[in-house]
Amino acid sequence: MSFSWTRVGAILLKELRDYRRNRFVIGTMAMVPVLFIILPMIQLFAANATGKDLSVHVGLSLLYMLVIPVMMPSVVSAYSVVGEREQGTLEPVLITPIRREEFLIGKALAAFVPTLVVAYAVFGIFLGAAGLFANPVIASAIYAGTHVLVQLVFTPLLAGWAIWVGIAVSARSTDVRAAQQLSVLGGVPPLVILALMSLNVIIVSTALALGLAAALLAVDLLAWRVVAAMFDRERLVTGRPR
Amino acid sequence: MSGDPTVDEGLEETGTARAGQAYRAGPAAIEVSHLTKVFGGRTAVSDVSFSVASGEVFGFLGPNGAGKTTTVRTLGTLIAPSSGSAIVAGIPLNAKNGPAIRSRISIMPESPGLYLRLTVLENLECFAGLYELDDVRGRIGRALRAVNLEDRARDLCGSLSKGLRQRVALARALLSDPAVLFLDEPTSGLDPVATREVHDLLASLPERGVTIFLTTHRLEEAERLCQRVAILNTTLRLIGRPDELRQQLFSRSVDVRLRAPLDDPQAVLGAVPEVEGWEQTPSGYTLTVSDPDLAAPALARALAAANADILSLAESHHSLQDVYLELIDEDVEARSR
Repeated sequence: MSFSWTRVGAILLKELRDYRRNRFVIGTMAMVPVLFIILPMIQLFAANATGKDLSVHVGLSLLYMLVIPVMMPSVVSAYSVVGEREQGTLEPVLITPIRREEFLIGKALAAFVPTLVVAYAVFGIFLGAAGLFANPVIASAIYAGTHVLVQLVFTPLLAGWAIWVGIAVSARSTDVRAAQQLSVLGGVPPLVILALMSLNVIIVSTALALGLAAALLAVDLLAWRVVAAMFDRERLVTGRPR
Repeated sequence: MSGDPTVDEGLEETGTARAGQAYRAGPAAIEVSHLTKVFGGRTAVSDVSFSVASGEVFGFLGPNGAGKTTTVRTLGTLIAPSSGSAIVAGIPLNAKNGPAIRSRISIMPESPGLYLRLTVLENLECFAGLYELDDVRGRIGRALRAVNLEDRARDLCGSLSKGLRQRVALARALLSDPAVLFLDEPTSGLDPVATREVHDLLASLPERGVTIFLTTHRLEEAERLCQRVAILNTTLRLIGRPDELRQQLFSRSVDVRLRAPLDDPQAVLGAVPEVEGWEQTPSGYTLTVSDPDLAAPALARALAAANADILSLAESHHSLQDVYLELIDEDVEARSR
């Protein structure tokens, strides 16, 4: 039996239907973007257009928005396996013909798609607000350089990393809350590099941004293979390794 | 033939009808040979061999911790055996064949495991997708009709009672038309009417070629539904038709109730050739006999000749529960020694 997108779609659709009626997920998806659009706005409007720290202010406000693709999928994906296990819904799924790769891709897409929609929407609102209401000097500082490119490219890559960390932690955890805390922490490391870039500690050229993006993409793909290898039906069902 | 006498027993079984079901032994739907599963240092299942014919309803009984669920999970490719082999739905059990086996079987765990924030229909749609089924609406309709839940399709599973959730889980298990259906306590939490409906449904499935592997603690359920049962307590203790098991474990006997005890029971009862032994009970006597059909009329004559007032005279009936308790008690005694 080969890889089936029908089975991936079944998991994805089920997850999205479940989110719709899950107050915790709705709350997370609503609260995180609200929080991380208010903070950059304050940063933006508090910035002195003539000050020499303008680029740092702009970098910091954009950095806030990159927290969205780390935090949101971390919380959701950390729930993906251990949450099902706690509810007793994991075993019925694992006894269908689904392959572990299909299960994991379905779960990952269910965290990835809403994250991307929310993160890009928030960034769009931010850009619009900057263009309409911010000092033109500040607005042009945002639109100039590699800022927009970094946001667009790194949002899905950071989300990918956070999702695989979240699922990996979830597959090995026995408690949802512990899994969520660990996975949020695990999602942070790539943000450190982006923070250094945003604060001009690392001076970013387009080539360097694309190079780092390619490296993060490779790490994401590697993480997917590692998580797939870690996914052990026996351990998930019995709590004991094979 | 496997060469293993226990395995071959199932293949050669001609079987007798139970609960009105005709059952002919076909090719093996499940064939298990020397299956062992060890978790850490603890043996959950040890050297278990048996065979289940296609279209058979097979009962798998045992106390808590006997290894029933481990066996089902192993046959369902959820866990790997430590040693031994098996063929499930005609496919050898190994890691490579997991998806192929799982596409031909269905397992209904004891806990329904439904998505409570999804409706009944959404739950079944999800599983139809996981099995890549065609005619999804038609299949869901048929599965819901089979469990009498058509009118609850749009209800959230979280709003259903435990019994209704159990029926949704059964509908989910039937959705893919499995060749082998593993059921773990399928009537747990159901009221008597719902239990009867589920029993009727299960009784009708073998006619459609479905093999049922029923794990249950309800021994009357196993006795009613199953052509054969196996009693497991880490090792396989006994396997066969319920009436065979009774004969294996209990000598045939006749219960006699009299208005008053006999003055000289040995003289009356011991004189009947078919009586091999007797013991007095609070209400009369229990006699071990070679053949109840011959012993009963001879006893009636002997008691009448002794002027005894006979209130009843009948062959003793041992239930599957008696068989089960006898075996488990033996195990408990053996372990305490």
